[in-house]
Amino acid sequence: MREKYPSASRRLKQAARGALVLPLAALLSGCDWVVLNPSGDIARQQANLVVVSTALMLLIIVPVMLLTVLFAWKYRSGNTNATYDPEFHHSAKLELVIWSAPLAIIIALGSITWLTTHKLDPYRPLDRIDANTPVAPGTKPMDVEVVALDWKWLFIYPEQKIATVNELVLPEGRPVRFRITSSTVMNSFYVPALAGQIYAMPGMETKLHAVFNKTGNFKGFSANFSGSGFSYMHFATRSVTPDAFNAWVGQVQKDGGNLDRATYLELDKPSEHVPVIHYAAVAPDLFDAVVNMCVRPGKLCTGEMAAIDARGGTGKAGVLNVAALTYDKFGREQVTTAAPGMADATVRRFVRAYCADNRPLRASVARDAVPASLAAPTKSGPKSQTLGLVTTARPPLS
Amino acid sequence: MPTPDQHWSFLLGRLSLDSLPLHEPIIVATFAGVALGGIALLGALTYFRLWGYLWKEWFTSVDHKKIGIMYMVLGLVMFLRGFADALMMRMQQAIAFNGNEGIFPAHHYDQVFTAHGVIMIFFVAMPFVTGLMNFVVPLQIGARDVSFPFLNNFSFWMTASGAALIMASLFIGEFAQTGWLSYPPLSGLAYSPGVGVDYYIWALQIAGVGTTLSGINLLATIIKMRAPGMTMMRMPVFTWTALCTNVLIIASFPVLTAVLALLSLDRYVGTNFFTNDFGGSPMMYVNLIWIWGHPEVYILILPIFGVFSEITATFSGKPLFGYTSMVYATVAITILSYIVWLHHFFTMGSGASVNSFFGITTMVISIPTGAKMFNWLFTIYRGRVRFELPMLWTVAFMLTFVIGGMTGVMLAVPPADFVLHNSLFLIAHFHNVIIGGVVFGTFAAINYWWPKAFGFKLDPFWGKVSFWCWVPGFWLAFTPLYIMGLMGVTRRMRVFDDPSLQPYFIVAACGALLIAAGIGAMLLQYATSILKRDQLRDETGDPWGGRTLEWSTSSPPPAYNFAFTPIVHDLDTWTDMKAKGVARPVDGFRPIHMPKYTGAGVILAGISTVFGFAMIWHIWWLAIASFAAILLTAIAHTFNYDRSYHIPAETVARIEEERTRQLAAVEGASA
Repeated sequence: MREKYPSASRRLKQAARGALVLPLAALLSGCDWVVLNPSGDIARQQANLVVVSTALMLLIIVPVMLLTVLFAWKYRSGNTNATYDPEFHHSAKLELVIWSAPLAIIIALGSITWLTTHKLDPYRPLDRIDANTPVAPGTKPMDVEVVALDWKWLFIYPEQKIATVNELVLPEGRPVRFRITSSTVMNSFYVPALAGQIYAMPGMETKLHAVFNKTGNFKGFSANFSGSGFSYMHFATRSVTPDAFNAWVGQVQKDGGNLDRATYLELDKPSEHVPVIHYAAVAPDLFDAVVNMCVRPGKLCTGEMAAIDARGGTGKAGVLNVAALTYDKFGREQVTTAAPGMADATVRRFVRAYCADNRPLRASVARDAVPASLAAPTKSGPKSQTLGLVTTARPPLS
Repeated sequence: MPTPDQHWSFLLGRLSLDSLPLHEPIIVATFAGVALGGIALLGALTYFRLWGYLWKEWFTSVDHKKIGIMYMVLGLVMFLRGFADALMMRMQQAIAFNGNEGIFPAHHYDQVFTAHGVIMIFFVAMPFVTGLMNFVVPLQIGARDVSFPFLNNFSFWMTASGAALIMASLFIGEFAQTGWLSYPPLSGLAYSPGVGVDYYIWALQIAGVGTTLSGINLLATIIKMRAPGMTMMRMPVFTWTALCTNVLIIASFPVLTAVLALLSLDRYVGTNFFTNDFGGSPMMYVNLIWIWGHPEVYILILPIFGVFSEITATFSGKPLFGYTSMVYATVAITILSYIVWLHHFFTMGSGASVNSFFGITTMVISIPTGAKMFNWLFTIYRGRVRFELPMLWTVAFMLTFVIGGMTGVMLAVPPADFVLHNSLFLIAHFHNVIIGGVVFGTFAAINYWWPKAFGFKLDPFWGKVSFWCWVPGFWLAFTPLYIMGLMGVTRRMRVFDDPSLQPYFIVAACGALLIAAGIGAMLLQYATSILKRDQLRDETGDPWGGRTLEWSTSSPPPAYNFAFTPIVHDLDTWTDMKAKGVARPVDGFRPIHMPKYTGAGVILAGISTVFGFAMIWHIWWLAIASFAAILLTAIAHTFNYDRSYHIPAETVARIEEERTRQLAAVEGASA
């Protein structure tokens, strides 16, 4: 990837590093400053950027501070030897310097910003494990699905089919792709030793790509205030060898419980000081259901809702559906329950009628798609209602 | 829409005996203290028969100078409250280790940091800045008052009304537990069902009316009421920065009003602008609030840049270096401040190109800001600098603010922000620019313009004690936060599980105590100066060798500011007039047309407070009644045609004669 960058910027960066960064970094690495001394390649590059930008700015900050002290001292009223020029208030040359010096710094820093922001975009799959090791072609990153709950973290490992609460274990040297969401309010998923943070937001999914280069025990936490249990919302993060990782997975598979939807809903309730929990099995598509805010039985997924809207909505009949659409608007999610009978009988009929046309739906929505024989029918737009449709009961929840 | 378990009655809405935080001993003790202090104050006012004086001379005043001073007093009172919150946070974080829960439960602590932020920005920094502009701008442009004097009084009282609601939340109910910008969904009904966020909304909405109107007022004043000859490029720099700030206020506060209105709709009538449900978008709230929030930062700092420009030029005995580039830098910052808001949430997951754009625009702002810094530097260059208090604060600002600027640019690099966002590094950064800029600047300004407002200088001894507590105190309090940010410590934590952090927090707490000493010394400075006012008196009206028009009149200036509107021939008008020996007119006075004082502003704001309170507590009958009362009072006020009066020529002549004698005495003494 390095070849991509204009050599000027690279040379500038290297020069800056050579001159200022190395001694500074040596000084800092003695301290326990994890942000500047992390164990993951992404965080490492971000830390370098912190140091490089500081160094660049010190080029102008230090002279300004020195001149301030010097001028203030030299031109104090007590010093009558200093030149006093009460008419000096303009100098084209000086003005040129005072505008162009900051401009030059910002041009340099702006270029670095443009390049690194793209290179270190959390959505961008990794292309290197560390400065010397490119990612082997065809490597599939390990997926970890992250759900911020009030006030603990759920990690789902879809590949390993396990899940944990408040414990994140990752194999060293393997790229990881985090898919991140939240069940209630905004949080920020942050493991300083691994990579910069990204928000976890309800009903939305953010991504983060990262890799650990060293083994060790680290801290992870929420970096965005999320309510009264926020202070306790941290999790142990361990980077281990691939073998140790496999052993750990085996252990979880052996002694963990089962994270079905009912267990998830129980876990979703606000709680603090939650100890590490292991799950040996996870309901399929749980993460997608969380993102779509439809883990609870009888709830309509936002993806389905969007599909209905894309087909023109349900018209006035939509009024009947509100309970099935409601997630947390009147209180925490578990407070509101769909009116009995509404959910399954009424709602499903609308959903299936509108969702079952031949346009492809997202996987999370298609999960509930009905057999074509049931749904095919009266297609001619939203008004040609669905009342004659028969529906099957919703598939039992896992 | 109240949840079923929530108490509600027709008469009192959600309000009941349970709403009083009687179970929180800290609040009860505070309340006892405030109540005793309040009773003592009210008693003293009654005993010394000051009510009539206050009402007639101050509360109902439409004189921009008095309103400016009232803004400063409001800012100072709220500053003490906001700082008390800061001390409590420092205390909590210094002891909450090793399983110790500290002093505050989450419910209380989360209110403390939210209130601290809201109060410091909206009810300290804003009143300080608005107060300074109110007092100084009309004097600097040679005007007798602002364009809309009644509106000015009304604006002040609306701001005070918002402050009153926040103070009420301390003792009746609760304040928001959401952080100072109240991001949904946390601030939505689902996760903040109590009255806290409603207090937040109504306090800001009511105060926002005041801020917006005062922005319009000052903008109109600067555009329309400059003395003859004062072209735009002859305006003092402070007036220029005030102009830009008021443009920013007018263009950004409506966004805040709108976004809070949408949040209220979500909370009151069940809409879904920012809910998780029904396609609501909390991200939209975050964008909108920062589209207000970033210009807000410049609303605060631009006038302070103006203050430093005036002070540097005055105390260096030179014109400001690079006036023109200073003006263009200010205008550039004004415009750029609208296209940087997203840097407050790079971590929300926008694409790399969007993030880079906002990162680079943010850095670009540092160019004009850097130019300003150099302009001050070269104003000092070849000057003859008198290190009086305003200048001391200016130098402290220059040395402190550059560091804050540097850390700000670091945070503008998106990948660097990913590791520093929401950390204590960020906290240290914005306190570095707000304390190092706005607060130091306000103190510089108070020391600078106090003699103009009251006719005597501030005592330098206690001022210097305050200065030497504040500046090291600031660094002691915030350097540990910078360091802890680099250690990955995030903000708004109530308890910690890593004992190695405790020493840093203890040092930060010591810094806060040193700042507390600085505040104490500052209050002593005001008190001793008032007691020693006869020794500190300034008869000249121009104690510092000022360069702009406000120094050409007496201290304190007469109600009409200038007996004759001055004619402006040069940039530093007063320096120019002094150099040319322009004689003060001593006869030919004519009656002066002035606006009349009115109680309408106090009354309207008072009813607005009641309206806000009723809305917060869902006391619908009272809300309807008070809203109707606001409309009726406003309409009734429009029928008041008795808005102005003339100061008779004889009165003007008498005041001016006295001034002539005063100046003659000064000259006699110095000769």
